Parts: sequence; C-alpha cells; structure tokens
Amino acid sequence: MLLNARQKWLGALIAPSFVASSAVAEPLSKINLRPGATELSQDIYDLHMLILWICVAIGVAVFSVMIYSMIAHRKSLGREPATFHENTKLELLWTLIPILILVAMAVPATGTLIEINSPEDADMDVVVTGYQWKWQYEYPGTGVSFFSVLRTPSDEIYNREAKGEHYLLEVDEPLVIPTGKKVRFLITAKDVIHSWWVPDFGVKRDAVPGYVSELWTRVDEPGVYRGQCAELCGKDHGFMPVVVVAKEPAEFDAWLAERQEAAAREAELASKDWTLDELMARGEQVYARNCAACHQANGAGAPPAFPPLKDSPIALGDPQRHIEVVYDGVPGTYMAAYGEQLSEVDLAAVITYERNAWGNNVGDQVNPIDIVEFAKSN
Amino acid sequence: MSAVDAAVDVHHDDHHHGPAKGIRRWIFATNHKDIGTLYMWFSFAMFLLGGSFAMVIRAELFQPGLQLVEPEFFNQMTTMHGLVMVFGAVMPAFVGLANWMVPLMIGAPDMALPRLNNLSFWILPFAFATMASTLFMEGGGPNFGWTFYAPLSTTYAPPSVTFFIFAVHMMGISSILGAINVIATILNMRAPGMTLMKMPLFVWSWLITAFLLIAVMPVLAGAVTMMLMDIHFGTSFFDAAGGGDPVLFQHVFWFFGHPEVYIMILPSFGVVSQIIPVFARKRLFGYESMVYAMAAIAFLSFIVWSHHMFVSGIPLSGQLYFMYATMLIAVPTGVKVFNWVATMFRGAMTFETPMLFSVAFVILFTIGGFTGLMMAMAPVDYQYHDTYFIVAHFHYVLVPGAVFAIFAAVYYWLPKWCGNMYDERLGKLHFWLSFVSVNVLFFPMHFVGLAGMPRRIPDYALQFADYNLLASIGGFAFGLSQLFFMFIVIKTIRGGRKATAEVWEGAKDTTLEWTVPSPAPFHTFETPPVVK
Repeated sequence: MLLNARQKWLGALIAPSFVASSAVAEPLSKINLRPGATELSQDIYDLHMLILWICVAIGVAVFSVMIYSMIAHRKSLGREPATFHENTKLELLWTLIPILILVAMAVPATGTLIEINSPEDADMDVVVTGYQWKWQYEYPGTGVSFFSVLRTPSDEIYNREAKGEHYLLEVDEPLVIPTGKKVRFLITAKDVIHSWWVPDFGVKRDAVPGYVSELWTRVDEPGVYRGQCAELCGKDHGFMPVVVVAKEPAEFDAWLAERQEAAAREAELASKDWTLDELMARGEQVYARNCAACHQANGAGAPPAFPPLKDSPIALGDPQRHIEVVYDGVPGTYMAAYGEQLSEVDLAAVITYERNAWGNNVGDQVNPIDIVEFAKSN
Repeated sequence: MSAVDAAVDVHHDDHHHGPAKGIRRWIFATNHKDIGTLYMWFSFAMFLLGGSFAMVIRAELFQPGLQLVEPEFFNQMTTMHGLVMVFGAVMPAFVGLANWMVPLMIGAPDMALPRLNNLSFWILPFAFATMASTLFMEGGGPNFGWTFYAPLSTTYAPPSVTFFIFAVHMMGISSILGAINVIATILNMRAPGMTLMKMPLFVWSWLITAFLLIAVMPVLAGAVTMMLMDIHFGTSFFDAAGGGDPVLFQHVFWFFGHPEVYIMILPSFGVVSQIIPVFARKRLFGYESMVYAMAAIAFLSFIVWSHHMFVSGIPLSGQLYFMYATMLIAVPTGVKVFNWVATMFRGAMTFETPMLFSVAFVILFTIGGFTGLMMAMAPVDYQYHDTYFIVAHFHYVLVPGAVFAIFAAVYYWLPKWCGNMYDERLGKLHFWLSFVSVNVLFFPMHFVGLAGMPRRIPDYALQFADYNLLASIGGFAFGLSQLFFMFIVIKTIRGGRKATAEVWEGAKDTTLEWTVPSPAPFHTFETPPVVK
C-alpha cells in the first residue's frame, strides 16, 4: 500500500507510544481504516481522515488550554484565582463555531451516504443469505447457488497446529464477482440477524430474517477481499468470514459457466444408484461442513444445546423420523431446517453417515429418492 | 451559587434515636445515608463481578485461538459483563451518590419517600441474584449481548432468557422508584431560598437523569415484555414469519438505550462540575449554560436512537435525519467541556485525588466524545459499526468517563461519609495506576477496530494479535488496581486522619454538605438551612 505523507505522520504520531518495539515498522492497516478497493471505500476513508483530523485539531486546542492552566495556574505557584465566571460573547462563540464545523462535515457526508444507498442500475445481482454460521451466495437466473463456510481447521483454532496466514478469514468457496461491473447485493438471513461486511468495499449491511436490503459495489482491481460477520449471531459468530474474489469479466463468465455445468451434474446425481460406501464417503464431507460445528466431528455434541448423535435415539431409530429432523429442523432449538440448504444427495449422504458412523451401526442407507419422496409428502 | 448560611444544630438532636443495631439497620433502612451506603457497596460488588467477567474475556482474547473458554461461554461473558456493569455497577453507584448527597446538598433532612427508597434498593440484590443464577442453568445464561437483539434473544435464546426478562423488569422497577424519589425530593424539599437555578449542578444532573429514567425504563420493560410474549405466548412482534419485524426490536431497545447512556453520563457531569471549581478555587464557569446544556443533551437523547442502526436497513431519509440530529449533540457537549476548561483557566489549582480523576474525566471523556462524533457520520459508521472501534468509544465514555467520575465522587465525599481522610499518597497511586492501565486497555481497541476486528468474537485473525495482547495486559492491570481501590476505601473507613467539616479548602462556600460535621450525623438539616 502506498502511504501518503499524512498517513505516515499519523503512524509516527500514534504507533510508537504503544508497542514501541514492533509498531513503528507496522503497516498502517493495522491501526487505521484502509482506503479499500472501490471509489466508495475511498470516499469513506477520506471522510474518516477529515473528521479524525478535525477532532485532533479541536482536541489539541482544548487540551492545550487545559494543560497550560494546569501548569501555570497552580496554587503552589502562589496564584490567586480569578473571579470571572461567565462571558456571554465567548459562550455564544463556542456554541456557534462547532455548529459551523458540523455543517461543513455534514455536507460531504451527505453526498457519500446518498451514493452508498443508490443500488439502482446494477449490472448484476447477488443474493447474500446469512445462516448460523455460514453465508449462502446465489446468482439469480443462473441456477448457481452455494454455501461459503469457514475453512480454518479446528486444530488451528484449538492451537494444536500452527495458524495459517488467513486464519479465520478463509472459506471453502468464496463469492466471485466480476471487476468493473456494478454488483448489487440483496442481503437477507434465514435465522437470526447477521451482518455482511467487506471492509475493502465499504459495504456493511445487516442481514435481517424476513427482510431484504440492498447495497452495491464496483471493484476495479482483481483480487481477494476478506471480511467477517459483524453482528453477534450466536455461538460461531466469530467463525463465519466473508471472502470475495473479484475476477476480470471474461474469467468471471468462464467461472459462472463452469459452476452452471457443475450444478447440472449435481442434479443428475440424485437419480444415480448409490452404494453405502459412496454415501458414507460423501456424508462424512457434508457432515464436516454442516454439522460438526455443533454436533462435533466425533458425534458427541455439546449437550444440552447440541445433543450427541452417537447412540442417539433418532440416529438409531426410524429413518423417516431422522429425515424429518434433518429436513425440517427442530423448532425452538438450534437445529436448522437443512431441507432448504442441502441437495437431496447431500441429505441422503449425511443421514446415512450419521446412522453408520462412530459405532452407530444401523446398517441401513437412505437414498436420494427417499428424500425426494419425503419432500413430496411433506 | 451564592454564599450559604447554614444554621446547623445537630448537637441538640439527642431526642432522636440513632440507627438500629445490627443487620436490622440495613434491612429496614429508611435513612438516606444508610441506603446510599448500601447502594455504593452493592455497586462495588457488581463492579467486581462484572469486572471478573471482563477478565475472562480479556484472558481469552490474550492470544489468537481458543484457549480458556468455548464460544458459547464467551458470549455469556460479554453479555453478563455488559448487563452487570450498566445496570449493576454504574447506575446503582449514581443512585447511591444521589441518596447520600442530594438531601445534603439541598438542605433536606432525608429523601422524600424513605420507605420507597428502601424498596428500590432491596429489589436490586434479588434482581441480580436472578440474573447471575442463569449462568448455572441448563443451556447457560444470556448469550445474546447486552443489547439482546431479537430473534437471537427470543426464538434462538437459551431457556434462561425468561429469568433474564424477569430480572430486567425488577431492575426497571427499582430504577423508576428511585427516580420518583429523587424528583420528589428535589422539587419539594429544597431549603428555603434555594431556587432551581441555585441548585448545585450535581442535583441538577440528577433531576434531569431521573426524568430520563422515568421516561425510558418503561420502554425497556415494553421491549422485554414483547420478547416474553414472543417466546411463551405465540406472538410475533419480532418474527417476520408471523408478520413482525426484528428491526422493531432495535427501535424499541435504542429508544430506551440512547437515553440510558446519558443516564450513566449526566450524573458524571454533575460530579465533575462540583469538584473542578473546588480544586480550582474558582466559581464554575457558565453555570446557567451547564444546566441548559444538560437539558439539551437530555432532549436530544430522545431523537437520535437510530444512529445505532445505520446499517440495519433503515431508509436513506432516516439515516440522513439521524446523522444530522446526532451531530447536534456535539454542541451542548462541547459547551460543557469548554466550561470546565474555562473554570480551570486562571484558577489556583491543587491536584488531590478527586481533582485528578475529574481532570482525567474531562480529557478521556472528550476523546470518547470525539469518536462518538466520528461515528455519527453515517457513511463512515458503515465501517465502524460493530467493530472494536465502537467498543473503544463506549468504554472511553463509560470507564474513564462515568467510572472515573464515580471514583472522583468517592474520594471527594468519603471524608464526609466516614469522618476520616483517605491516604492522599495511596489515592494518587490508585489514580495513576488506573489512568495508565485504562488507556493501555482501551486505546489499542481503536486500532484493531479500524483495522477490521468485529466486536463480540472469541477469537480473531492474526493481524489483531499485538494490540489484543496489549489490551489484555492493560485490562488485568486495571482490574488489580480496583482491588487496591477497595483496600484504600476500607482503610479510610477503619481509621485515618480526622476530617474537618469543610474537608476541602473553601468548600463551605460552594455547597451545603460541607457545613455539617464530618462524618455527617445520622440526621442532618432537621432545621432547614437558609440559602441566600
């Protein structure tokens, strides 16, 4: 990042007083907002620096008078206190001047705020849906839709392995958008309120269940942009990052076409004949992505909020009931309705896996067709 | 304020009985001083409890990765820390100060409604016992943040949320009763000659605060009642699937919540406005504009609530209005800061512990005010919102703000309460330990917030590690410093140099409490003083 003189000065001013040994050489992105990757984020950054410097100037003026008084007007210096206690002109002055400063700041802020809230005439839409604790990205009209889940392994989180460079800021499938296009985000949620935030775009908007709100961006530089969920959304609020990859339009189109083909292949899988081993192998992956956060990789759960699946009456009992719990969720608990999140194949695989893993040797298998039939009769 | 002529004849009060003996003195207390003392100790106990939750948070955030607690428990800690500090530590401390000092400052023999006073205190231990007990319940305690946004706090809440709702109701009742008492006392029991515009500013600040409390605590009660209905009685106030709106919760909550933050800061303004003139040996600059500024801040607090919700999806017109209205708050707040500085200017200052805490209050509260102004700018708040920058901001106004004002008040009035002077060297040591550690604790939070660290997360990306480590060290030091504070206070109560009635040089000319002996007798001002 190129630093202008002002930023360098700020860094020199505030960094050394804290961690003297390491902070001096640190990039400003560790202690200040980033100008980001879009016009809007740059405008926001400029506003931030403007008001920061205005505050610093006022602070220096006020605190100088105060500190001067504290040094010069001490009783120990034999000072006699003055007796003045009001001055109408002065008081009017320090009421009016702040009002003028505020008006001066409100003008550019108004412009930027209007710009942020103008998602009209977008080149394309992306639907962003928050779930506990992952994001779903949907490209309307293309049939492409997928979930984006934290990729950092739990061994890193629990300090059993060294932490990687993008610790907690990496996902299995990032959102992909084209550069140079105005992309409108339609932001909503399925369970609780989340907040979708990409600092480099200056885009943050609460994802409210039952409501859709809009923001937009236009990214010029291809690259990877990382953010996080900003609104407390339960247990794994700290573990649902946002990663956006901006690609050149041609590359983006190729990516989208490839995703469409993959979606079509996935749909065909539902009519394939599955063996128990195949379902188990796929189920293990689906489980790790969707279930292990609560029910744990070993099926032991974290009672009472998250019951164990190992030896559980549902996993060992009637398969129809098992399908029902996974498909519809359990109202009033953390158990979400996965019928709307996973494909028939994935549902069949994960249910089969739960019935046959960790010593749950029921031996039966649930096929994609069972899920389809359950959905019909539901 | 004009000079005060207090005709005190406490020495002829022998026909009055003193305090009851033993535990009955406290359980059946109706004396404003005893109830004030109860409030202060209760508040300090809650300060330590809420502080210990904060220590858990800072210990987990000491390093990246999960070391000590699971995310579920971490969320309970952030939630309980906020609730206990706001409702258990800061608010009761100011009610305690009001109980002790308002009657003494207006020349009244007691609070207007002594039995109600007893009730409003004794509700609190039960409310907080209920709240704290949720930590031991199945599913854990409240884990949805002190702002308890629905539907995380309704459909997705642990079963203990019902106890939380009940506890909030009890706190609300306690606050409302306390506020009624303060208003009744101030409006009816001022000494002859003390017109409203002659009242000490601490009394003014509490008169305004009490009206804020009466106005907004019922709104909080409404919010939690709607939650209760959604959870148990099938309504859908906050559930879009049933025709409700989760954002409605935020409107209702912040209509309470924004005045609430001024409930915690206005009495601080009052305390500091008493202390600075005494130690500058100069009349407060701009008394009238101080009163008007507090009234203006109180009024504005009702019309700015959605600045907490700039990114919640409210319409552009709403964002613009709330941005402009919020920026206006800087004007009366600026007037107050300028007045304090002008009071110090060309005074003859000494820097005993209450003054040190007051001066630190003015500087550090102003820094919190600056960041508040920054986040009033809606477009920039898109970046600040829900990050550690916000955490830094409100801790600056609440800890070196409100809490430092409480420390200042305790050092200022403790000699009047117990008759002994605290040890000035120890007091100053406590100040410097607190002053340094509070900045090491909260200043780096500005940095990690701007760099992109969201609030309320138990683990964080590696670029935030250095400043979190630093903040944790500051946090532990600040926590330990407050145990030292407890030691100083207990030492002072048990003995020490005897305090004079006036305690501070020239204080007699400022407010009435310095005209009664130290310690203040059990009954004071049974014959009202005459204020000229």
